[in-house]
Amino acid sequence: MSSLAVRKAAPAAGTTPGTAQGPPLRRRIALVPTATLLLGAIYCLLPVAWVVIAATKSGRELFSTFTFLPGTGFGENLKDLNAYRDGVYWKWMGNSALYAGLGALLSTAVSAISGYALAIYRFRGRETIFNILMAGVLMPPVILAIPQYLLMAEADLTDSYASVLLPLILSPYGVYLARIYAAAAVPADVVEAGRMDGASELRIFTRIALPMMVPGLVTVFLFQFVAVWNNFLLPYIMLSDDEKFPITLGLFTLLEQGSNTPALYTLVITGALLAVIPLIALFLVIQRFWSLDLLSGAVKS
Amino acid sequence: MTSARRKSYGVKGAPYAFLLPAAVLFALFFALPIGYALWLSLHKVQVKGLGLGAGARKEVWAGLENYTDSLTDSELLHGALRVLGYGAIVIPVMLGLALLFALMLDTDRVRLAPFTRLAIFLPYAIPGVVAAMLWGFLYLPDVSPFYFILDKLGMPQPDLLDGGPLYLALSNIAVWGGTGFNMIVIYTSLRAIPTEVYEAAKLDGATPLQTALRIKIPMVAPSLVLTFFFSIIATLQVFSEPTTLKPLTNSVSTTWSPLMKVYQDAFRTGDIYSAAATAVIIALVTLLMSFGFLRAANSRNKQEEAR
Repeated sequence: MSSLAVRKAAPAAGTTPGTAQGPPLRRRIALVPTATLLLGAIYCLLPVAWVVIAATKSGRELFSTFTFLPGTGFGENLKDLNAYRDGVYWKWMGNSALYAGLGALLSTAVSAISGYALAIYRFRGRETIFNILMAGVLMPPVILAIPQYLLMAEADLTDSYASVLLPLILSPYGVYLARIYAAAAVPADVVEAGRMDGASELRIFTRIALPMMVPGLVTVFLFQFVAVWNNFLLPYIMLSDDEKFPITLGLFTLLEQGSNTPALYTLVITGALLAVIPLIALFLVIQRFWSLDLLSGAVKS
Repeated sequence: MTSARRKSYGVKGAPYAFLLPAAVLFALFFALPIGYALWLSLHKVQVKGLGLGAGARKEVWAGLENYTDSLTDSELLHGALRVLGYGAIVIPVMLGLALLFALMLDTDRVRLAPFTRLAIFLPYAIPGVVAAMLWGFLYLPDVSPFYFILDKLGMPQPDLLDGGPLYLALSNIAVWGGTGFNMIVIYTSLRAIPTEVYEAAKLDGATPLQTALRIKIPMVAPSLVLTFFFSIIATLQVFSEPTTLKPLTNSVSTTWSPLMKVYQDAFRTGDIYSAAATAVIIALVTLLMSFGFLRAANSRNKQEEAR
């Protein structure tokens, strides 16, 4: 706001370079930045636009007509996708929703209580515990994947829902965000007042602190939801029964088969389109509630 | 009643109790697997006779044998070089674009900013596997609009999924998927710069370009360092994208990236011991490179502060 006021006053003084160069018309739009951003947006939307159009093409049209010309086969493609292996596609979608939804919910709960404890209490070993948890963020998943598989095998848990859900619950990044948010959103005297009233520590957390942390926890939930939904390595290693596949793995196996039978390409393309719709919709609906600022650890008080 | 007593115990013990779930999960899914991986990497299987019957296969101490095998494996070395080349394209281009877009978003009088910001951020919501599929199809001569246009113009049509162009094709997927997220991180720290700083620059007669180069970029340097740091870790572990492109081309081998080699060794060849050693090496190299970068960046910052 204040910078706007300065800009309006400045041309009169003749000090800004814009007026010094002397174009009589004040540029109302910053042309170069707007054009650059539009190019970026086109680049980012191009593959999405392509898949929307390609999904409407029948197998024959896909290879014969211009790419950005809509086809006539969308209904047919949907029917084929539904029919593929008795609708296993929808099973994959359901699995992804389960892994990402339940996984993110549990992850948010663990992040919330850990972040709250690390932000509010002063206790021995606090920083050590925090640093050890954070080291997890730096651990490349590759070093975890093989032993996780073998340990899951020991516990007879490979090829189960749990094998994909459990390793992703603890999110160091989630704990970090929850800690920052709790420190900013939960005042110490509110916690103290709760104690004066004789509330237990757990009750103070669940009844007083948790509601205050909700906006930050929404970010943690969404971040984790996307992370689990997009995960490929873990299910790829853990699962062999395709009834338990998430959508990423399911589509991948479909593509693998499709490399021998191009007829399956239309299925892959239609499947890819339907797979990105839920997340895009989720983004559009909740971007208002999602404080993206928090992703980089910035908290406005 | 006992509420006073319970309270005093509660406050002392509460943080530990609250951190218990995280600690248990950390032990089970981080600490234990890492320890197990280290153990595996130092062992091998010794086969007696024909390797039949119980007790014929025994785990024995291997010392650093698996490590020396891995380090002298030319396939792994080539994979590492491929990924370094890939990273040398992805990281500068992705972060360069992210910084450029963030600066443009932060310009005065820019139009359509909310729309373009959302559009550029959108690929973050799309799984790497699906992104690789979408681009994979766009690279296929039979389906791609690029080839269609090149064909109509009578221009040569390079094979995007082979040789040098394959690096660009793979890099493009990562750049497309990662730019938006990094843009948001940088943009957020740009927004956090106090407006007084700009006003001072304005009074000094700085052009928008000068403001961007001399004020904005130095002030967001910490988040640039951070995005660089995490990009190194992510890039060196590339797995899903080349794995997804594999069905579309013969040029991506099953051991294209070091991580794919680990998967191949562990789950196709069945040699978990050498796979564990390779995984440990990749993790160490990743950490060395990312922390080496962090140190270099920090010492440069200190030098500049000293000047």
